[in-house]
Amino acid sequence: MSVDAHADHGDHGHGDGDDGSHGSLGSYLIGFGLSVILTAIPFWLVMDGVLASKRAAALIIMALAAVQIVVHMIFFLHMSPRSENGWTLMALLFTLVLVGITLSGSLWVMYHLNANMMLDPGMSQMP
Amino acid sequence: MNMMTITAPGGDQPRVFLVDEEHHAEGGSTMLGFWIYLMSDCLIFAVLFAVYGVIGGNYAAGPSPKDLFDLPLVAVNTAMLLLSSITFGFAMLAMESKRIRLTQIWLVVTALFGAAFVVIELGEFAHLIHEGAGPRRSAFLSSFFTLVGTHGLHVTFGLIWMLTLMAQLARHGLIPANRRRMMCLSLFWHFLDVIWIGVFTFVYLMGFLR
Repeated sequence: MSVDAHADHGDHGHGDGDDGSHGSLGSYLIGFGLSVILTAIPFWLVMDGVLASKRAAALIIMALAAVQIVVHMIFFLHMSPRSENGWTLMALLFTLVLVGITLSGSLWVMYHLNANMMLDPGMSQMP
Repeated sequence: MNMMTITAPGGDQPRVFLVDEEHHAEGGSTMLGFWIYLMSDCLIFAVLFAVYGVIGGNYAAGPSPKDLFDLPLVAVNTAMLLLSSITFGFAMLAMESKRIRLTQIWLVVTALFGAAFVVIELGEFAHLIHEGAGPRRSAFLSSFFTLVGTHGLHVTFGLIWMLTLMAQLARHGLIPANRRRMMCLSLFWHFLDVIWIGVFTFVYLMGFLR
């Protein structure tokens, strides 16, 4: 590691907690506009029952939620690969992996448990 | 940062080491630490979402989401939280341009939107409990109240934090410590909005589709 790179690291990460990644009025307004649209569409889809297929509607609103979360991350939380030398992004990615394992694992295991442990309707009638 | 020159015992070449003694400015690592706290909070919500996903369909012959949820009210609530997010953004911008009065005004507006959110949510909870759909009615309602209630509790604590920060700003002005606190609260507040996206999508809208 060269001395230069190290000094640069020192400047960047410890500058009074003020690393200049705050966004501007424009970026806040873009983020707000996008999130209003991305919120309005799913509510409209569900409240007006636009789509006949519930499965399609569910997939669309989940996709829109994912997009909106990314929009908030970028425009409101000011996530960037550079902030804190990439450590915030690393922490986020690690958390996303854990969240993915927790959610998909729980749902998967419990779904199979329910399917396999389903009581035979006749069994509860037995003496 | 010091340079140390040590002649290694075996070698004839002097080796140069960097001895890392950077004096950390106070609070220099606060933002990363707070971000890691938020990530751990994210895990709490992930587990609560998983619980809701697993037992959210067990109505125990009680009311289902379709019988209970009032989507227009949820839409209003979502709007409150979204508006409070953008007004907090304006408070941060005002802080950037060192206009303390404007910062305080935007913080008040943000707190009002946040308070409106909490009041609407409490009203919804009271209505549900009054209708006999309290947390003890079914597994679905237990997990619903836990998940949404935990989020509401976070917003409430965010409001308390905001009020104390407003007092701090009034007393000490935009000193570095207060700017740092503002940045932490900004992360916290926007993070709660991100969690709410998950709540209104998976709990309310998906519940209505079920």
